[in-house]
Amino acid sequence: MILDAKIPEGPIEKKWTSFKNNAKLISPANKRKFKVIVVGTGLAGSSASATLAELGYQVETFCFHDSARRAHSIAAQGGINAAKNYQNDGDSVWRLFYDTIKGGDFRAREANVYRLAEVSGNIIDECVSQGVPFAREYGGELTNRSFGGAQVSRTFYAKGQTGQQLLLGAYSALSAQIGLGRVTMHESSEMLDLVLVDGHAKGIVTRDLITGEIKTHAADTVLLCTGGYSNVYYLSTNARGSNVTATWRAYKRGAAFANPCYTQIHPTCIPVAGDYQSKLTLMSESLRNDGRVWVPKQKGDARLPQDIPEEERDYYLERKYPSYGNLAPRDIASRSAKEVCDEGRGVGPGGLGVYLDFSASIDRLGEKTIRERYGNLFEMYHNITGESAYERPMRIYPAVHYTMGGLWVDYNLMSTIPGLHVLGEANFSDHGANRLGASALMQGLSDGYFVIPNTLGEYLSTQFGKKVSTDMPEFKKTETEARAHVEKLLAVKGNVPVDEFHRQLGLIIWDECGMARSEAGLKKAIADIRALRERFWKEVAIPGTGAELNQSLERAGRVADFLEFGELMCIDALTREESCGGHFRIEHQTPEGEALRHDDKFAEVYAWMFQGQNNDPELVREPLHYEAVHLATRSYK
Amino acid sequence: MSTMNFHLRLWKQKSATDKGEFIKIHATEIPSECSFLEMLDIVNNRLTREGKEPVSFASDCREGICGTCHMVINGVPQGPGRGAACQVYMRKFENGQTITVEPFRVGAFPIVKDLVVNRSAYDRIIRSGGFISEHTGGAPDASTSLIPKPVADAAMDAAACIGCGACAAACPNSSPMLFVGAKVTHLGLLPQGQAERKSRARNMVRTMQEEGFGNCSNYYACEAVCPANVPASVIAMLNREYIRGEVSEAVGAID
Repeated sequence: MILDAKIPEGPIEKKWTSFKNNAKLISPANKRKFKVIVVGTGLAGSSASATLAELGYQVETFCFHDSARRAHSIAAQGGINAAKNYQNDGDSVWRLFYDTIKGGDFRAREANVYRLAEVSGNIIDECVSQGVPFAREYGGELTNRSFGGAQVSRTFYAKGQTGQQLLLGAYSALSAQIGLGRVTMHESSEMLDLVLVDGHAKGIVTRDLITGEIKTHAADTVLLCTGGYSNVYYLSTNARGSNVTATWRAYKRGAAFANPCYTQIHPTCIPVAGDYQSKLTLMSESLRNDGRVWVPKQKGDARLPQDIPEEERDYYLERKYPSYGNLAPRDIASRSAKEVCDEGRGVGPGGLGVYLDFSASIDRLGEKTIRERYGNLFEMYHNITGESAYERPMRIYPAVHYTMGGLWVDYNLMSTIPGLHVLGEANFSDHGANRLGASALMQGLSDGYFVIPNTLGEYLSTQFGKKVSTDMPEFKKTETEARAHVEKLLAVKGNVPVDEFHRQLGLIIWDECGMARSEAGLKKAIADIRALRERFWKEVAIPGTGAELNQSLERAGRVADFLEFGELMCIDALTREESCGGHFRIEHQTPEGEALRHDDKFAEVYAWMFQGQNNDPELVREPLHYEAVHLATRSYK
Repeated sequence: MSTMNFHLRLWKQKSATDKGEFIKIHATEIPSECSFLEMLDIVNNRLTREGKEPVSFASDCREGICGTCHMVINGVPQGPGRGAACQVYMRKFENGQTITVEPFRVGAFPIVKDLVVNRSAYDRIIRSGGFISEHTGGAPDASTSLIPKPVADAAMDAAACIGCGACAAACPNSSPMLFVGAKVTHLGLLPQGQAERKSRARNMVRTMQEEGFGNCSNYYACEAVCPANVPASVIAMLNREYIRGEVSEAVGAID
């Protein structure tokens, strides 16, 4: 199989414009005839549903939450990037594009990233117009802050709740369309499988989480907007329900899964406290605008932070990366934290923590300003740890936060299955091997508001007269298979709770496919995952039936898929014999311990194709051609 | 790490039409640092190991922002302290304490199972007017509207609502007016929200009544339990907006 990214011709600045000038259009009268299924109601799913409905398509939207507003985009704290240059500090579309490509360690597709930077400004306009209450100056202008990997202030924010406000903006646009009858909304509906007709994605199978009813739904095209797979690690900053099921099922139906080993470990999270823990809590990267990261110079220094004099502190990010300092990109900041903790200089229980210290900023700006900027984050920290960050430094440690890998898509956001489009975190396209802060919100909304409405016509214009219905045998067959999978889970009747398997899987992956990866470790992980998977199918306990709200059953289905997916992730990490961004193979590092890329061999997307349950997946490569930027060693010194 | 013991009374109810009851569980060796929902996870996993059905409860982000979790802990919707139920920590309770956990008791939120209720009425209220009608692509440059910081901040404070339903659950009248007022205030304060200001308040209040919710009679219980700190003053704003909306319709004004 050859992966055709369908990148438009011409110089990078002209590609998107020339694409739009030549794109296939669907007339208003014909839009009404096409039905679009959207799975997921995060930023990508809500914005796509609302926008496509405004354009006149028939939209049916599904989410497993009890309300579309609860998707995990809501938890994003820090902000959204846009090349508006309102600060007059030298920002431009080119700079946002370049920062994102460089931040991704030169493993993202140029044309997609440029388009993202290009539409970034429109997103802000759109959101303001919906009533998103971005932070403002006294005179009424929009204000900005800085995020990692950038030397300009281009991040728009709404207190520490930017994701919430952007999602509620998209949710309100979606709600308006539902109210008008243009979107049919199905809450508490989990996608179990994808239905293919003649090799094209034409529908889905869902389970109603309240009644247990399993049903099929037909459409002309399917959009997966189902987020990332961070929860393969069990402990992550993702919500408990976030899962890989929709994209994994699509993979098993023929969609290539690209770069699954590219995961983001966020440097500033509240450290793990015990094995009862159900999730990790992020402390926004924006805190690094005013917080300084340090550890004691001495190993095992047990003094309280306030008792450690200035000259005995190691502000290691400022020391190692003087030009970006505390705002070094996430992968680098995380790895540095791991390094100092591995040296025995970590703080707090177990020595797995570093300080994030606000005292200098409180002295400089006053507590009131800090409270205004980060009040809710400090409150959250206090609530969880019982400590006040106004009085003593926060303790933080890296945690899994985002996944750059995802289903492979071309420039039109279509996967290797015709008719299956993938948006937002669920696809792989824009962040390469490391995502910069405040870029996830930008990508989700860019895909939903501005990209898919323009690219969908490329596929739909080939689908006139090809209506399908749920009466077709393809639908019946897939439904039967999905039903059998649920029954198989219920039939295990073991006595080990689902969470136990999930936690063990998480530990395997965190240890061997986390911040540092090695050949031996990854091979061991693959064997361990296979053994765990076998145990799962013998011992998992799922009380209750399939015909009711059954949370054990929901979780078991998701964990069963994670147990398969985790193996693919390790295979990808094993095959990519270089270090880049969040993927750090200990065999490949510079003498200073920085990631060492091998561009001659690995400037490629690795896309994996399913070959049957017991066979190795097939690797298909998409070479990355850099025409506008030249490959450079990433330096933030 | 120290551990604690609790006497739990947890509500079990198979469906909206079944009769529910409290089950008693002696929860021992609970880590004092764990959260309330993590304590319930531990209890549920123990029940599962014993071959019993766990107690269903909703949760997702577990950091107080998604609004999925909802329960009444010792008589208080979303539990003691500020924040959602997921932000309650066991160290806030006494060792050996009896803790009663039950679902939100609101007629417009029918029980799904155990502690889980159906709050889709809130979505329907938003669909009837909780938005600014605009279409993607038609927006002017964001810098064209100037919104003074105090106004933007007040809009943000109202917009912080997480839609969890605690306001209605705390109110003796089952009134969701903190929720409705939060949206009407958020959008009503901003220049972008002016065009639909009157119809928004009118339609949202009418839907609220059709859904079977009550009205505000100034108990302020909603403000006391709101996990997002939404101030009760949004209800005053809602009342003003609603009266304007009704009067302007009654006299046949254009907007």
